[in-house]
Amino acid sequence: MEILFQQIVNGLIIGSIYALIALGYTMVYGILGLINFAHGEIVMIGAMTTITLLNLLVSASLGLPAPVLVVLATTLAIPVSMLLGYGIERIAYRPLRKAPKLSPLITAIGVSIVLQNMAMIIWGKNYAPFPAILPTMPHHFFGAAITDVQIVIIFLAALIMLSLVWLIQRTRLGTAMRAVAQNPDAAKLMGVNVNSIISMTFILGSALGAVAGVMVSANYGQAHATMGFVLGLKAFSAAVLGGIGNLGGAVMGGLLLGLIESIGAGYLGDLTGGFLGSHYQDVFAFLVLILVLVLKPSGLMGERVADRP
Amino acid sequence: MEVTTRVLKPLALALSLVLMAGCNDSKEKKPQAATADALVIKIAHSAPLTGPQAHLGKDNENGVRLAIDELNAKGILIGDKKATIELISEDDQADPRVATTVAQKFVDEKVHAVIGHMNSGTTIPASKIYFDAGVPQISPSATNVKYTQQGFKTAFRLMANDAQQGKVLGNYAVQDMQAKKIAIIDDRTAYGQGLAAEFEQAVLAQGGVIVGHEFTSDRASDFTAILTKIKGLNADLLFYGGMDAQAAPMVKQMRTLGMAVPFMGGDGTHTAEFISLAGEAAEGVIASLPGVPLENMPGGLAFSEKFQAKYGKIQLYSPYSYDAVYVLIGAMQKAQSIDPAVYGAQLAASQHEGITANIAFDDKGDLKGGSITVYRAEKGEWKMLKTLRD
Repeated sequence: MEILFQQIVNGLIIGSIYALIALGYTMVYGILGLINFAHGEIVMIGAMTTITLLNLLVSASLGLPAPVLVVLATTLAIPVSMLLGYGIERIAYRPLRKAPKLSPLITAIGVSIVLQNMAMIIWGKNYAPFPAILPTMPHHFFGAAITDVQIVIIFLAALIMLSLVWLIQRTRLGTAMRAVAQNPDAAKLMGVNVNSIISMTFILGSALGAVAGVMVSANYGQAHATMGFVLGLKAFSAAVLGGIGNLGGAVMGGLLLGLIESIGAGYLGDLTGGFLGSHYQDVFAFLVLILVLVLKPSGLMGERVADRP
Repeated sequence: MEVTTRVLKPLALALSLVLMAGCNDSKEKKPQAATADALVIKIAHSAPLTGPQAHLGKDNENGVRLAIDELNAKGILIGDKKATIELISEDDQADPRVATTVAQKFVDEKVHAVIGHMNSGTTIPASKIYFDAGVPQISPSATNVKYTQQGFKTAFRLMANDAQQGKVLGNYAVQDMQAKKIAIIDDRTAYGQGLAAEFEQAVLAQGGVIVGHEFTSDRASDFTAILTKIKGLNADLLFYGGMDAQAAPMVKQMRTLGMAVPFMGGDGTHTAEFISLAGEAAEGVIASLPGVPLENMPGGLAFSEKFQAKYGKIQLYSPYSYDAVYVLIGAMQKAQSIDPAVYGAQLAASQHEGITANIAFDDKGDLKGGSITVYRAEKGEWKMLKTLRD
């Protein structure tokens, strides 16, 4: 029983991270109908920038406690990601606003490749270790071990998601975003600056992505230039699982995918009598995705896409 | 539509220009080997230069470069002709599919020898291509037994293989560490799988019990699920067959899950990068490396000084890739020819005092008299525990 609980805890940790990244995908898709393949790379650049800044801060010997340093480094790295997201939208996606859907899709893949290689040039191809300044002693409760970093990840992710929901539902900006997501032309007629709302969406998504990147690299202790690809793929699948365009769906899809991966890897061998081993973990997760989409194509919570001509 | 024709024509023109330029380029790139007095020896090298094992692949390449630069500076004579060595280096991404493409490319470029690849998973499929083309291949680091069991006269290696390594580790686990219940994880690559299988055989032969066998991949970074499963099995020891890029996060995650079980790995774990990535969690990890510690190698310390001055810290296999170049040139000089068909026989009969060991090959291409050393990570360094010779 303790083992199952530990697997659930593991699943929630990675699921929270998937959920944060999935939100970035889902927001952009809801507003533009575009799958921003470069989002995984924005997560990666957030992580790499934070590690670089953190290394600088640590070597500056400021005498501040470790968590403060991490928060400081992350706060400095978030604007970098935001700028990157804004830049990508202006340079790569805005000119293709009126083009057939395939063009921005291929462009997104191109941007992803450019960013990956740019990261390899700047930071090298090796794995960059996350500075070992955070406490790693696990706390035990109900038989499961969880570290401080992991507790922070779960609660911070929940906090961010709740703040995002509050933003979308209760502020003018949020109303404008929902309007543009529903029908961009009608929103324009209502006096909403559609271009600036779209930019805001990218900026917000990139900020979330940067935080998610820091979480991943703090949790696994390392980051590298190619980490964005698989993360992005899984987070996107999580977004689709929950219903693309639907914020609640992204969160649920992320948490669910994390749990399925964790429990699947843990019990797949036993379930199939040793026929399928734990290295089929990813296969299992994607099989569940296919199953859900075959039975409910709009995802578990229903998709929300714009009413677009 | 008008737009289409206005775009298509210039596009077609541009494409054909590019193709023509491409054609010219490839014609220029095949220098006919001999002007009357100078030979160009084309040595090819392949290892992962990108991805999680890039630090190891680059290390291999640097070992080769050091040897080639030394030899070129000294000046070599093959027969009575002067020769210079040209290095052709390619990235195989530790991926068997890329490795076979790279192998074909080398064969098409008519290289005279191949030093590579680094991983067993890439070396084995590539060896077929080299054998079919008659190009001798020395791997500085592939340890899977299958490589030399295929009956290829062109396949050689400079390290003891996993049959030995697995046996040494298995015996060490049961006898020296008194472990009775052992859990295994492997990364499903040819190397990881093969080493784990040999280890398992040795453990069972010594009376130990395997309580669990989980799997991952050489690209994964999250092992909490399989580690949690193993935690519930109450093992005395965890053995990992795979590389340092996975072993380091794995051992870290073990500690955050509250698992105090000892961790053991093969040569893929025994790297400088493992210790730097795993940090505190590396303390007490046992790993083996075919060969003897650098300090005990015949030319180890001298090599270490030369290498560190030029390329920085030695990662793992660079002394072996360095030796590979010298073995090849030695064979070519004995045969007085750089033609693979001619010097191949001399290569098989090599007797070379390398910096790693005295190098001679048995009839399968394995290193004669190879040894395995077991190390423990202590305070950020790999400390030697014992060396076993076959």
